[in-house]
Amino acid sequence: MTVKALPVSEQATSLSPDDLRKMFELMLLARLLDERQWVVNRQGKVPFVVSCQGHEAAQIGSAYALQAGKDWVLPYYRGLGVVLTLGMSPEEVMLGVFARATDPSSGGRQMPAHYSSPALHIITQSSPTGTQVAHAAGVGLAIHIRNSVAGKLVDDAVVWVSFGEGASSQGDVHEAMNLAGIHRLPVLFCCENNSYAISVPQHKQMGVQDVASRAAGYGFPGVVVDGTDPIACYEATTVAVERARNGDGPTLLEFKCERLTPHSSDDNDRSYRSIDELTAMRQHDPLPRYASYLKEEGMLTDADEQMMRARLTQQVDAAAKAAEAAPEPDPATVLRHVFAETND
Amino acid sequence: MEMTFLEAIRAGLDEAMAADERVFIFGEDVGKRGGVFRVTEGLADKYGEARVMDSPLAESIIVGASIGAACYGLRPVAEIQFADFIWPATNQIVSEAARLRYRSNGMWGCPIVIRAPYGGGIHGALYHSQSIEAFFAHVPGLKVVAPSTPYDAKALIKAAIADPDPVLFLEHKKAYRLIKGEVPEEPYDVPIGKADVKREGSDLTIITYGLMVHYALEAAEKLASSAGLQAEVVDLRTIRPLDTATILQSVRKTGKVLILHEDGLTGGIGGEIAALIAEHAFEYLDAPVMRLAGPDIPAMPFASSLEHEYVLSVEDILDKLQAIAAY
Amino acid sequence: MPVDVKMPQLGESVTEGTIGRWLKQPGDTIEEFEPLLEVMTDKVDTEVPATIKGTLFEILVPEGETVRVGTVIARLIQAPEAGSSDVATAPLRATLPRAPISPVVARLANEHQLNLDDIQGSGGSGRVTKKDIEALLAQRSLTGSSALTVMSDGDEALNPQAVVDPVEAPPLQRKQREMDASVSEPAAVVAGLGPDDELVPLTSMRRAIAQRMVHAQQTIPHVTTVMEVDMHRVVAHRAQHRSDFERQGVKLTFTAYIVEAVVAALREVGIVNSSYGEDGIVQHHRIHIGVAVAIPDGLIVPVIKDADDKSLFGLARAVNDLAERARLRRLLPDEVQGGTFSITNHGVWGSLFAMPIINQPQAAILGVGVVEKRVVVVSEDGTDALAIRPMCYLSLTFDHRVADGATGDAFLAATKRTLESYSAT
Repeated sequence: MTVKALPVSEQATSLSPDDLRKMFELMLLARLLDERQWVVNRQGKVPFVVSCQGHEAAQIGSAYALQAGKDWVLPYYRGLGVVLTLGMSPEEVMLGVFARATDPSSGGRQMPAHYSSPALHIITQSSPTGTQVAHAAGVGLAIHIRNSVAGKLVDDAVVWVSFGEGASSQGDVHEAMNLAGIHRLPVLFCCENNSYAISVPQHKQMGVQDVASRAAGYGFPGVVVDGTDPIACYEATTVAVERARNGDGPTLLEFKCERLTPHSSDDNDRSYRSIDELTAMRQHDPLPRYASYLKEEGMLTDADEQMMRARLTQQVDAAAKAAEAAPEPDPATVLRHVFAETND
Repeated sequence: MEMTFLEAIRAGLDEAMAADERVFIFGEDVGKRGGVFRVTEGLADKYGEARVMDSPLAESIIVGASIGAACYGLRPVAEIQFADFIWPATNQIVSEAARLRYRSNGMWGCPIVIRAPYGGGIHGALYHSQSIEAFFAHVPGLKVVAPSTPYDAKALIKAAIADPDPVLFLEHKKAYRLIKGEVPEEPYDVPIGKADVKREGSDLTIITYGLMVHYALEAAEKLASSAGLQAEVVDLRTIRPLDTATILQSVRKTGKVLILHEDGLTGGIGGEIAALIAEHAFEYLDAPVMRLAGPDIPAMPFASSLEHEYVLSVEDILDKLQAIAAY
Repeated sequence: MPVDVKMPQLGESVTEGTIGRWLKQPGDTIEEFEPLLEVMTDKVDTEVPATIKGTLFEILVPEGETVRVGTVIARLIQAPEAGSSDVATAPLRATLPRAPISPVVARLANEHQLNLDDIQGSGGSGRVTKKDIEALLAQRSLTGSSALTVMSDGDEALNPQAVVDPVEAPPLQRKQREMDASVSEPAAVVAGLGPDDELVPLTSMRRAIAQRMVHAQQTIPHVTTVMEVDMHRVVAHRAQHRSDFERQGVKLTFTAYIVEAVVAALREVGIVNSSYGEDGIVQHHRIHIGVAVAIPDGLIVPVIKDADDKSLFGLARAVNDLAERARLRRLLPDEVQGGTFSITNHGVWGSLFAMPIINQPQAAILGVGVVEKRVVVVSEDGTDALAIRPMCYLSLTFDHRVADGATGDAFLAATKRTLESYSAT
């Protein structure tokens, strides 16, 4: 049941040139915003950042197939590209990086990149890996129950959850896929496989080549996608979304990509990856690849890209500046929100 | 009307499901079988299998999926078949459900109920007898409820379902059919977080919960007839958050306290209550605060002789009360 | 037998004391009345003498530490009496442990000023239990409440609220202190605290005064008798001698004359200088006059010991000295103890006359009204005439259990006579 997605150049797409350019813009924004996070970390302004670099095509391509605010999204901690695609602003992201009071995800309580937004149906996540996959199955179960009780399709939302290939070893991921398989829940299990769980390579993580091959064990399709090709990611996700909306159940999407940075600002990938490997990895950076494609197709010029980069850099500058200037949480609020308050 | 403890919980679930379509039950064997203890018997027929849903045999997803469903807007009632089996779900309960509101700065809530039959004395051995309350009472963001009577159980299961935060609802399995009591036909409320003085007395205070409430009441009667001393029995009903006002009020009245629980002694909830009393009612104490609890062994053994040795009896409690009274 | 040494109560409002210096170390022998340690309180710094002859067994509170009055601070071992066998030190330890005092008992004992040694415990090992205390309090509970009559005081004020140090108190006094337990909570009278009300917490002095006044009012049948005194001879005498006294550093006040007159009256009507007890009336042959002095937030009643041995000059100097040191809180413990009669000079504030409350265990108290000029009828050589005289009302309140009206009036008449017949020389 495992299917290989086609490479970019061969992919037929329903996306318009505007959408294709929009995806590029989101990818570039994600990259610039991500790089800025590292800068403020190395400046000593924020203690920790974690990156999405190398995952932009998978995240933005896949999330581009969702309906923001309707579909339910549970990104893991690399999900910057996902939340930007759904509509979170650079400033909102940077407020989380700086742990400011107005950080919409957690009010400065969680580490950066633990995204949350009730309005965007982005469910708050924790740091232990794989736990969110169980929640995703639960959202799918809730949609299933609601439709069953109604006796008709009253909610055709789908659930999109992401996790790394390392997290796929977690029992919760297995239990969630098993539950989704039983009731054919409308869940897209999206594995962003960058082949490293911090320092542990995939061959020490599992005995199979493709995480997607496990889907067969749960009774639904698993699809291996080139995670550096946003169009392929979009198209594969679109197919899975349609299956889910039609009541045909879950899909396991495996986006093969590279992690272009160390695991986090506290990690040094040179201690476990060779220089050759790190150099070769750069060949799989999705941005230059997708830019070349758009230019070859006549949808983007160098000048366009320069202007776009300048505009986005300004946005990132403004976002970082505003977030840094925003107030820190009031210490007196540390005891709040343990339990519901009357205004919750 | 008179009901067993078990029937009262079922009646509460039934009323909650009838009143709110968002409520559903999710757990092992809860559907057609009606649960291994038959608490949910008849509910699948009444509300359909989608709302009384058999889960796969995997505790973490029972709770994890319930959390997701709660985020979506439903009101899940998860059943862990035996409290002893709850441990695979611990991460989802402690690290997810209990922290969801805090970590999202109040943007998300997690209104789930986790029902778990606990406690021993029913030949359940190590893995069908455990008391788990102290582990979970340590967790901020989680409420832990352990009623003792049908009256309280029915109202508290409804209160737990209506609560905007996660509630671990502990049902002493020996109480299921042993304990009977009057339950009004008309609606009534018992709030979470409020203890109940089940017996008034001025000479000493017993603080307990769950099945031990009944043992304590029996011991108190015996103490009254044998020594003319009146023990006050405080039924916590909710283990977290503790009703500190009721505890302290009783202690300040009597000056002598026995804290009683089947759960193991060390690190048990009794230690927390004793500390609370020491901090806030020290100058009212007329005797050391005493605890009577399960022994510090991993769990309850199967052989009758060993189980009998583990389980607290009315006589054990009476002995302790007399010792405190004589101090 | 080991004997506890407790932190003494050095003054009526004193609730705690600080160990200044231990003058003996464990193992040192000590004579009865020999200084054992120095204690500092907010009122007095003083040496505390040993109560028995023996050996210092152990020090329980180190220097510099502050403990509540009544706290055991050391233990002495009584020296064996001649002829008795020596007491080994080792087994002494074994006799020391006593039943523990629970927190609630400690608190109640403190609140109600009970001595636990006097209570038979019903708990394990004879422990005094909360119920024992409650039973004691209930047994001693007296019904009814009493409005407090706490008199004003001021410069040279004379007031009746002396609280005698329990350490030094005679047996009669001890009993009364325990009785106080039943009326110990004047705060309970405070009704609902409204939004516009403020609860002023009771100081220990205020609480002590309240307890003692209520108790006195409830146990003593008070009778007050009033006489008016023509003070013109006293005024004349004072005018004549004032500057002489001042040259010797003494301010001559009316109080000195009053004390002198009271002493004379007490000599004449000795039964007024006494204490009532169930076993009989204890008549005191020494005359110690308490004179109340106002201090911030309360009052203290220094006692002029053996006032009958003093001349007017001596009395005036004693009144000056005690009043001054009372305000400076430099009185010695025994200077506020042991009064046999009290004087309260409410006239300082213009009061004409009052009905003061007796300062137990004394049997009477004299209230002194303001000295002011009034038009009076005087008779000289059978001729009546109007005259302007400095007049003063004296009110004697006495314990009707001790004396009857005629006795009280005889005492007051004697006082009046002394003052009115004062010789100008």
